[in-house]
Amino acid sequence: MAGAKEIRTKIKSISNTQKITKAMEMVAASKMRRAQERMRAARPYAEKMRNVISHLAQAHPEYKHPFVLNRDVKRVGLIVIATDRGLCGGLNINLFKKLVAQMRQWDEQGIEIDLCVIGTKAQGFFQRLGGNVVASATHLGDAPPLEDLIGTVKVMLDAHAEGNIDQLFLAHNKFVNTMTQGPEVEQLIPVSSLQDEELAHHWDYIYEPDAKEVIDGLMIRYIESLVYQGVVENIACEQAARMVAMKSASDNAGTLIDELQLVYNKARQAAITQEISEIVGGAAAV
Amino acid sequence: MAMTLHVDIVSAEEEIFSGSATMVFAPAQMGEVGIAPRHSPLITQLRPGEVRIQDQHGEEQSFYVSGGMLEVQPHVVTVLSDTAVRAKDLDEAAALEAKERAEQALHDKQSEFEYAKAQAELAEAVAQLQTLRRLREKGRS
Repeated sequence: MAGAKEIRTKIKSISNTQKITKAMEMVAASKMRRAQERMRAARPYAEKMRNVISHLAQAHPEYKHPFVLNRDVKRVGLIVIATDRGLCGGLNINLFKKLVAQMRQWDEQGIEIDLCVIGTKAQGFFQRLGGNVVASATHLGDAPPLEDLIGTVKVMLDAHAEGNIDQLFLAHNKFVNTMTQGPEVEQLIPVSSLQDEELAHHWDYIYEPDAKEVIDGLMIRYIESLVYQGVVENIACEQAARMVAMKSASDNAGTLIDELQLVYNKARQAAITQEISEIVGGAAAV
Repeated sequence: MAMTLHVDIVSAEEEIFSGSATMVFAPAQMGEVGIAPRHSPLITQLRPGEVRIQDQHGEEQSFYVSGGMLEVQPHVVTVLSDTAVRAKDLDEAAALEAKERAEQALHDKQSEFEYAKAQAELAEAVAQLQTLRRLREKGRS
């Protein structure tokens, strides 16, 4: 009977797909745990850096770094962090949606945009749709070393130093918990003012070799650490989103198999009934 | 009890050390520095080298840093360690590479961002996702 056989092949192929999605779910779950750990591990650096910079804001160096100064905005830089791989639900789509809305707003204000893309998906998106992409980094893997980001960040920082861009933003997904991730566009430059009320009296650091060099180095590292955090966080989001997407794919495959099984059983039963009635009919004729 | 200061050594990728010490030695740009409690505020760059930490019992721990920053407050020392060797020309090369990658990947596209096309594409993707969600809900009920 052709119908029953076809259904059986269908069931077989769906259960094969289900095996794959199940495996991907489990892989994503374990990768997510590791990514979360990396996210946590990277946090102290950013925090300490923030401390030092807020101390620096209270100290009174004769030198003010350009990253803390507001300029008239004619052109902004935007670092976009997306995933390298797909099959992670609406993660990238939601980010791009938010991004496009923000870009449109800038566009209406006559502000031009320089883009820096991290991740194959971001690169592909802007490749299809245009946009002034000045730097890119792809295939960073699950544990991206900071070195891989230095170059891309430097391109943007140089653009800022040369006056090509006046502000720098970072667009990435924020990890809230396993079920919730949300797109976010964060301002990196000018560095938002960090304030503590204590230690208000006048004091300053001893700078070695001199204030400018030290503060420059510090600021660059600060921005880099923020971008690094964004990348690591985005990876955690990716794995979490993939885990959820694959789980629901497996569930869907399960319901599909159940339904098909029912149809298959009915078809089989119908075939048997028909056969019996044929035999009975044949016997009656004799 | 001997006076101590709190020492944190962190890199962008992980926390390396956090604890108290009586003395810290670090390879500063202008030569090795020894920091005792109540040192006046200092901020300096580090050369690649060894950061040594002496605790109350006179025991010494040492960590290799490939450069970074050292911040000293009277009772807190923070070492912001780099994870890689940094030099101006190395950074420059990395930046060039990033630019090249962008040019290579995107050499044949227009530089105007197409908002209409982007919106259409995103709307389609969102619709797909919504359909999937609805399917899922139907499957459950």
